[in-house]
Amino acid sequence: MIDLRLDEEQQLIQDTVTAFASEQIRPAAHEADETGTIPASIIDKAWELGLIQASIPEEYGGYGQSQSAVTGTIVAEGLAEGDLAIALHALSPRLVVDAVLHLGNEQQKKSILPRYCGEKFAAGSAAVLEPRWDFALDKLDTTAKTDGDGFVISGHKCFVPLAREAQDIIVYASDDNGVTGAFVVQPDTPGVEIGEREKNMGVRGLETYEVAFNDCRVDGGARLGSDARPLLRRARVAQSAMAVGVAKAALDYSLDYAKDREVFGVKVAQKQAIAFMLADMATEIDACRLVNWEAAWNLDQSNDAAREVAMAHRYASDTVMSVTDNGIQVLGGHGFIRDHPVEMWARNGRGFATFEGLASV
Amino acid sequence: MNFNLSEAATKRKELMSYAAQELMRPISRQFDEEEHTEPWDFFNTMWEASKGSRESTSITGDNPTQEEKPKSAAKASEGTLIAAVQIEELAWGDAGLYLAIPNPGLGGAAVSAAGTAEQKKRFLGDFHEGKPRWGAMAITEPHFGSDSKQVATTARRDGDEWVLNGTKIFCTSGYRALELSEGFVIVWATLDKSRGRPAIKSFVVPAGTPGVTVSKLEDKMGIRASDTAQIVFEDARIPADNILGTEEIVEKGRAGFKGVMATFDATRPIVAASGIGVARAALDFVKDTLAENGIEIRYEASRNEMTVLESEVIDMETQLQAARLLTWRACNMMDRGERNSCEASMCKAKAGLVATKLTQKCVELLGPLGYSRKLLVEKWMRDAKIADIYEGTQQINQMIIARSILGYSSTELN
Repeated sequence: MIDLRLDEEQQLIQDTVTAFASEQIRPAAHEADETGTIPASIIDKAWELGLIQASIPEEYGGYGQSQSAVTGTIVAEGLAEGDLAIALHALSPRLVVDAVLHLGNEQQKKSILPRYCGEKFAAGSAAVLEPRWDFALDKLDTTAKTDGDGFVISGHKCFVPLAREAQDIIVYASDDNGVTGAFVVQPDTPGVEIGEREKNMGVRGLETYEVAFNDCRVDGGARLGSDARPLLRRARVAQSAMAVGVAKAALDYSLDYAKDREVFGVKVAQKQAIAFMLADMATEIDACRLVNWEAAWNLDQSNDAAREVAMAHRYASDTVMSVTDNGIQVLGGHGFIRDHPVEMWARNGRGFATFEGLASV
Repeated sequence: MNFNLSEAATKRKELMSYAAQELMRPISRQFDEEEHTEPWDFFNTMWEASKGSRESTSITGDNPTQEEKPKSAAKASEGTLIAAVQIEELAWGDAGLYLAIPNPGLGGAAVSAAGTAEQKKRFLGDFHEGKPRWGAMAITEPHFGSDSKQVATTARRDGDEWVLNGTKIFCTSGYRALELSEGFVIVWATLDKSRGRPAIKSFVVPAGTPGVTVSKLEDKMGIRASDTAQIVFEDARIPADNILGTEEIVEKGRAGFKGVMATFDATRPIVAASGIGVARAALDFVKDTLAENGIEIRYEASRNEMTVLESEVIDMETQLQAARLLTWRACNMMDRGERNSCEASMCKAKAGLVATKLTQKCVELLGPLGYSRKLLVEKWMRDAKIADIYEGTQQINQMIIARSILGYSSTELN
C-alpha cells in the first residue's frame, strides 16, 4: 500500500541530522566557502553521530544498522541543507564503504571496512570524473588492464575529493571488455600522482584534486565486483538528495527574508510575484524529494531502478538550480552579495549536473 | 515507506484500465465531435457496473469525512488514494467521458463531507438504484469564479422550505443531474449577503424542483462529453432539511465557510489525478510511436549524447511522476485524516501545469500527426487544459500554498 512517509527510525535520523546541520554545520558554511577550509572539529562531531559506522555490519566493526538507500537520502539531504561542502566531506567515507558493502567480497569487506569504524574520522574518496566536456560514465578514458594476477590503471581523473587524506580511493575505470569497474586504490600506491588542489565555482570548502594514474599497478583483490554501474546509481541518489537539501536551504532562507523585508508598505512576501515564486519552489522541492525517495526505495527493493534514478538525478539537478536561482531573485540585489548564502547555494547547486560519484548512500 | 499499490488498488486500477481501453477510447472521438449528445450505452454499462461495486465510479462520495475518521485508525484506509488511481485510469481513457459517468460526483463529495448521517442516507443511500443518475455541484456564478465568497444566489427560509433565487454557471453534469435523471445539484447560496462568507451554505436541490431551469449548455475547448450547465433558480423551493450543515451563521471554524472549503482538500487530488491521466494518455502515445519506430529512450545516456527527443520524453515522464507522487501524498494524508490543504493545492497546481504543458509538447513532437483530428493527441491537449483551471486555478492554488508556507492569512496575502 502506498505510504509516502518516513518510518519512526527514519524520522529520528532526520531529526538528529537536521538539528546537527542547523546548529553545527550552517554556522560554519560561509567561512568554509570563503577560506576553502572546513574546521576539523565539525567533521569530528559529525563522525560522532555514527552515520557512517551505522551502515557497516557489526562483524566488520560497525553498528550493523540499516543500509537502506532511503535512509541514506535522509542523511544526505539533512547534512547538505546545512552546507554542501561540509556534507560531502563528512560523508566521504561512504564513497568507499558503500562501494565495498555493495560490490565487495568477504575478504575485501574484512580488510577495508574496519578502517571506517574507528574513533576518528577516516576520509574516503572516489575518482569518477575525467577532465573532458563529453564525460560519460560508460565510456571512461581511464583503463584498468589485466596484468597477470592484477590490474594496471592508467588515466586522468578530476574532482577527486580529499585525495590526499583518504584511506582509499575507489577508482572507476574501463576494464578489458570496456565495462566500468570499481577498483580500490590507496593514495600512496606507486603511480598515483595527486595534483594541485582544484579551484571550483562552488563547494569551495571541499578539497578536490586532479589525480593521474600512471600505470598504477594494483593486485587482483582491488577490483570490487564486476559491473560498477549499480553502485553509481546509489551515488546518484545521494547526490540528488543533497541537491534537495541545498534547494531547501535556499527556500527557507529566502522565505524568511521575504517575510522580513519591507517593500511599498508591505512585506515582500505579501506580493504575489514573490509569494507565488516561493510556492512553486516549495512544490518542486517536495516533488523532487518524492521522486528521489521512489528511486532510493526501488534500490532498497533490489530493483534495477536505472530509469528512476536517472529521472530523479536529472530532476534534482534542474530543480536545485531553478530554486536557488529564484532564491537569489527573491533577495534582489542582496541575493548577489556574499553576506547572504543564497548565491553560494546557487554556485553549489550548479555542480549537481556535473558531479558523479561525489557522494554515496 | 512504500511505493507499491496495494492489491485492492491494483485490482481497481486494472478494472478501470479495462473500461478506459474498451469502453471509452472507442467512442472518445465521437463524443468530442458530437458535443451535447448522450453516450447512453456507455452510461448504462458504467451504471450497471457501479451497482456491483459502489465505490467503482464514485469520486470521494463514499469516504468518511475528516472529522469522522479516528486519528489513528487501526486499519489504514486508502479510499482517496484508490479513487485517485482509478480516476487516472478513467481520464486516460477519456477525461470528458469520465466526468460524464453517472455518479454522485462532486455533489456526493459535498454531502459526504458536510451532510448529517440522515442526509447521507437520504441523498446517497439508494443513489445507485434504478436508472442512471448524476450528482453535481453549483458554485460559480456569472460575476465570480475563484472568489467564491461573492455568492449572490440567495436562500430564504419560508416555513418548512428554503426558497432559492439566482443563477449558477459552469455546473459539471448539471444538465444530466437535473434534466436527464432523478439526480441532485448542490447549490451554494447565501442566507444574508451582508454577512459575507459565514452566511454561505450549501443546499441539496433535487431534480424536478419547480423553478429550476437549465438555461444553457456551454460549448467548450475540451472535455466536451461532459455537460457544463447554466442553471437558473426562480423561487425554487426545497425542504428545510436539505441544507448541508447548520443554518446558523457561524463566524469561525470548520462549521463555517472553512468547512465548506475543506471539500477542496478531497477533490483537488482527484482533479490532479484526472489531469495526470490525460497527460499519461498523450505520453504513452508518444512513447508507443517512438517504440514502433525503433527509437529507444536511453535514460542513462550522458547529457551531451542524449537527443532532444530523448531528453524531452524523460522530462515529461519525470514531471508526470512528480505530479503523481504529490497527488498520492495528498491522498495518503486525506486517508489518514490529516489536514492536507497545502499538499492538495501543491498536487493540483503541479498536475494542472504538467497536464497542460505535457500534452502541448506531445502535439508538437508528433508534428502534423499531433495536430490532426485523426488521432486523439490534439484532443488530449484540449482536454488537459481544464485541469489547470477547475477546482481552483493554478494561481489560486499557488496562493493557498504560499499562505501555508508563509503562515499568512487571507488578509495578509491576497
